[in-house]
Amino acid sequence: MSEGAGRHMADSVKRAAETPDEPMPFAELGMKSDEYDRVKAILGRRPTGSELAIYSVMWSEHCSYKSSKVHLRQFATKAPASEALLVGMGENAGVVDIGDGWAATFKIESHNHPSYVEPHQGAATGVGGIVRDIMSMGARPIAVMDALRFGAADAVDTRRVLPGVVEGISSYGNCLGLPNIGGEVVFDPCYLGNPLVNALCVGLLRKDQIKLATAPGPGNKVVLFGASTGPDGIGGASVLASATFEDESQAKRPAVQVGDPFMEKLLIECCLELYAADVVVGIQDLGAAGVSCATTELAAKGTGGMTVDLNLVPLRDPSLRPEEILMSESQERMMAVVRPDDIPAFMAICRRWDVPAAVIGEVTDTGRLVMTWDGEVIVDIPPGTAADDGPVYERPFHEPAGQAALNADTPDRLERPGDLRETLLKLLGSPNLASKEWVTNQYDRYVRSNTVLAQPADAGMLRISEVIEPERRSSAGESEPATPTDAEAGATIEHAEPTTRGIALATDGNGRYAKLDPYAGAQLALAEAYRNVAVTGANPLAVTNCLNFGSPEDPEVMWQFAEATRGLADACRTLGVPVTGGNVSFYNQTGSTAIHPTPVVGVLGVIDDVAARVPTGFVAEGLRVVLLGDTRDEFGGSEWAHVAHRHLGGLPPQADLEAEKALATVLVEAARRGLLAGSHDLSDGGLAVALAESCLARGVGATVELTGDAFTDLFSESASRALVAVRPEAYAEFASLCGRHDVPCYGLGTTGGNALVVKDVFEVPVEELRETHTAALPALFG
Amino acid sequence: MARVIVDVMLKPEILDPQGQAIARALPRLGFSGVSAVRQGKRFEVEIEGPADEAALAEVRKMAETLLANTVIEDYDVRVEA
Repeated sequence: MSEGAGRHMADSVKRAAETPDEPMPFAELGMKSDEYDRVKAILGRRPTGSELAIYSVMWSEHCSYKSSKVHLRQFATKAPASEALLVGMGENAGVVDIGDGWAATFKIESHNHPSYVEPHQGAATGVGGIVRDIMSMGARPIAVMDALRFGAADAVDTRRVLPGVVEGISSYGNCLGLPNIGGEVVFDPCYLGNPLVNALCVGLLRKDQIKLATAPGPGNKVVLFGASTGPDGIGGASVLASATFEDESQAKRPAVQVGDPFMEKLLIECCLELYAADVVVGIQDLGAAGVSCATTELAAKGTGGMTVDLNLVPLRDPSLRPEEILMSESQERMMAVVRPDDIPAFMAICRRWDVPAAVIGEVTDTGRLVMTWDGEVIVDIPPGTAADDGPVYERPFHEPAGQAALNADTPDRLERPGDLRETLLKLLGSPNLASKEWVTNQYDRYVRSNTVLAQPADAGMLRISEVIEPERRSSAGESEPATPTDAEAGATIEHAEPTTRGIALATDGNGRYAKLDPYAGAQLALAEAYRNVAVTGANPLAVTNCLNFGSPEDPEVMWQFAEATRGLADACRTLGVPVTGGNVSFYNQTGSTAIHPTPVVGVLGVIDDVAARVPTGFVAEGLRVVLLGDTRDEFGGSEWAHVAHRHLGGLPPQADLEAEKALATVLVEAARRGLLAGSHDLSDGGLAVALAESCLARGVGATVELTGDAFTDLFSESASRALVAVRPEAYAEFASLCGRHDVPCYGLGTTGGNALVVKDVFEVPVEELRETHTAALPALFG
Repeated sequence: MARVIVDVMLKPEILDPQGQAIARALPRLGFSGVSAVRQGKRFEVEIEGPADEAALAEVRKMAETLLANTVIEDYDVRVEA
């Protein structure tokens, strides 16, 4: 192409020095003028177009965390001591020791805005991106989960966004062969125009296999492998290309990223074989900011320097300009640092998996990231200035003007219902509490055959008996066709010894609670995910979070963010579970109206023997139904207030973390001793909904008796509570265990029959519960 | 009665994994000399009246609303000869 008549020379460092006053489109790239001045000060000249491309994406909110950094630091400074934590925040994903030499790596990340623009591809590439984060830690991805938020269920745009998002998640995840083991679907008018698509992935590796994003060792080669680079998701690069070269039409850009799960599957197996062959020194996935991010971050964490020849990047569209190559967000790409002697072996493995790979550069000890294009130097920067030393803002924040009034408008003024049977059915059939089968039936929940629990269980649970080794292909001589199908048919799959060990995962987050009190709301999100893991019998170990908020430039939103991070960090310390990583998504707002602050928290736990797991709900007749934890009159932000009165006001339920910890201790110990036949956490909709869902789990009814005010007992959303089903002969031992840990324990009744009977209040046949519960979503989206 | 053809193709800059898979499969089946393949959709819309400007405008509206995802696809409307 270099001989093409229409091809212009790129803006080189030499040219930048000669034309110091040439105006650069920094504002169009979202950069503030003081930030641009800082770039000039760092370089001692104006940046070239390519350098501006790098700084503008690396210093964007998304990549630099410039508004959130000062608050996120608490997750490290307040982190509880944890022997389980092997890799903490700052890497592609955190890694946790789960015993027997195994480690788990997990992370949740947002793909909100792309999922609004193009729901199917936006959600699909969200899954692809988080899976690559997990791969880059040296792990085999073993499951995904998705926490989703949409506008009102009956809104016209929700009917466009939700089916597309679910289809995108299912098509990408199912094609990759990864089970989707849980998550959430929540509707609220505040998410109309700003849906939240938070994707979580968990991976498994041996403790000694951890890989890091670093480029040490001068002389080592930099390899770009995976899909070729096209004009995907290039936000501002077109501005750069056209601002300097006005005759080149860039009207067609930017473009929506499209995912290719089959390429990603090849990448997974290819990476695992590369790791097994020990030919990778450092590795990084390419996500937002693509080559810019990978090169600057790898170089900054390594020896400090790197040279890259951008002409060597394999292109899908040969007309791409260097600025565009640097900013392209083409999917399914990885970058590795490889010793020169290992290059032939590395390339042979890539060839075997049909994964294109190219050496594009070399590690140096110059402290500079130098890139060339057509033989000219177009980038020459200290990589750390782009990767680590971006701007950090102490954004002003203050309590929202209406916060006090919001908190004063308690649900006490709401009329409480006379007919509690009708209230239960109304809640059970409301979009937020209705069965999510319509969604989860589109996901493969059992592929890889290690899923022990999946939706609608409180947490997803996986058995650890995994193929970590790549699904090897017969050694590929050049003569035999290296097609995936041929090779996979002849593959000998080496199974690791099955273990009894398992991991459990849950995500939770309640935007209404966080709106009323972001400090408590974030703690309640953590508490619920922690509880959801504990009710299955797994011991909660570590946390990942996805913090979804409005604009950080709005001091009221920033206050929500500051409060939520402070609350979450404090709660992590109290519960003894460290934050291992996560993601911040700002600017989720339309005009000046922000979404409810929505911290979504994921908790990972470990269980020694998955056979000791506690299933969700009532599994047999004749079990004692026991409520753990105290119930207070707490309806602020409740599902009842939302459904019955469209009301949001007052304060959320109290977050009593000591009680939460005691409850989890009891649940985990009781599961270990085999005292629990079934369990279910209490959350949205309170005891009534937990009882109904427990009956629905296996179609077993129950008869219970309440002692206090029936409405409060049934529908209050007090935290730190769980419902358990205990065999009569185990009850005494269980009650004494609760007593020892000061966990309040109330016998409510017995399981059995084919109806949920609340004595002197109502009786609902299980069939009627089921019809109400399952009909809602198909009626809206079916 | 007339037949109107609507061709829907991914926009040129959008990645087409299916087209790429076909392009990769062709050499394995002995076809050489193919440098790229892009895959699209063809709709045949039978209309009751003549294919006049008003009818074509209506079909374009259909394409815009349902047949094509205009965020990532282009469409082309023509009357079958």
